[in-house]
Amino acid sequence: MGNMKIHLPNSAFIGNIDAFIAGFDPSEPGKLEVTANKKWLSVHPVVLAMVAALGMKVDKAKITCEPIEATSGHYLVRMGLYEFLKIKPPHISEHESAGRFIPLKLIENSKQLSEFLEDMIPALHLPAEQAKSIRYVIYEVVRNVFEHSKSKQGAILCAQYFKKSNTFRMAIVDTGIGIRESISESYPTSTDLAAIRLSLTPGITGTTKRVGGTAENAGAGLFFTKSIAYINRSFFMIYSGTGFYKLHLRNASKPVRFLNADPFVDKHSERDDFPFWQGTVVAVDISLNSTSEFQTLLNLIGTVYSGGVKDKRKSKYRKARFV
Amino acid sequence: MVTGVIIRIEKVSGKFAQDKDIAREIRQTRLIPALKKKQDVALDFSGVEDATQSFIHALITEPIRDFGIEVLDKVVFKECNETVRKIVEIVVDYMQHEDEKEDT
Repeated sequence: MGNMKIHLPNSAFIGNIDAFIAGFDPSEPGKLEVTANKKWLSVHPVVLAMVAALGMKVDKAKITCEPIEATSGHYLVRMGLYEFLKIKPPHISEHESAGRFIPLKLIENSKQLSEFLEDMIPALHLPAEQAKSIRYVIYEVVRNVFEHSKSKQGAILCAQYFKKSNTFRMAIVDTGIGIRESISESYPTSTDLAAIRLSLTPGITGTTKRVGGTAENAGAGLFFTKSIAYINRSFFMIYSGTGFYKLHLRNASKPVRFLNADPFVDKHSERDDFPFWQGTVVAVDISLNSTSEFQTLLNLIGTVYSGGVKDKRKSKYRKARFV
Repeated sequence: MVTGVIIRIEKVSGKFAQDKDIAREIRQTRLIPALKKKQDVALDFSGVEDATQSFIHALITEPIRDFGIEVLDKVVFKECNETVRKIVEIVVDYMQHEDEKEDT
């Protein structure tokens, strides 16, 4: 019998994440073997969140983590990976400065989520507009975990600011039932990728067949999240079961005039043959170079999300009244 | 001047109105009972810096579905900043778009 294996490569960010995911071996879920590149580690927080999520499901005694020799290995200590896996960290003689990051964090309920957002986001000292986007994404995706994943573990979050690219990168991972099983309660689908496509489409939720959702569930969280990344000209990825969708960077020279309700119309890549991930992985980058205001984002989202009410002059149509 | 019931959102939600569980509680315990009594309602967002679509959706979708879109003649949104105002408009328009789909 082999182990469930995951290898931390020298570089894995959303743009080149495919090789990392393709190399993940989920064949023996009772044991976990973590290996790493010997020389250098520079990885997106999603890599750590995935390892942490796998580690949480495995008995501590059945996790093997080879000694990290790469000089940048202290990153794993700083981000709390060893603590999360409950294994002894290597001796670290030198630390980088603290920087702006969110070490691996388990969020199990909405109270913890609210407290986390209240405390953590201001501490990151991000520009106000981007802080709004980041808070929005974290809230919507973590709530999705609580409401749809049936995960016993909750949501695992990890994020970091990368100075060189001036980008805030974050990941939210769960090991629940996955998107296909969740959305199939209302929209039976034949593949994980088809389920991902539906989950990114506004108005579609696994909680009801009714387009537009229920009183508590609009089916808009992932659409908002992808739209934030699109307008911000940043990467977004979602991986569940064998399905994988990655939003590519849009052309910088073209201003955004509208958003697509169908995620497959956006410039993207997709796979439906990746190693099976039990649950859902979401990762988003928010470029702090973007000058797009949150209000612009809402204006564009409003256009597609409301579908453009056909005739606002008709007698039945009501505008919200503001005083 | 607002007459009728005033519901102070910030008092319950804090300055970031995000938690849809709180929105549901406001809806069930204050908004819907007032509307059932045919009272005018002001949803007062003073002090709220930001809101999620989830929060606004959980707050107003059910009343619109239950009482019809005309319920907006009884509800005003007070002291909304630009962001909150836009999210309210998105959700209200969305509900009417949904009606159109069902009509056709």
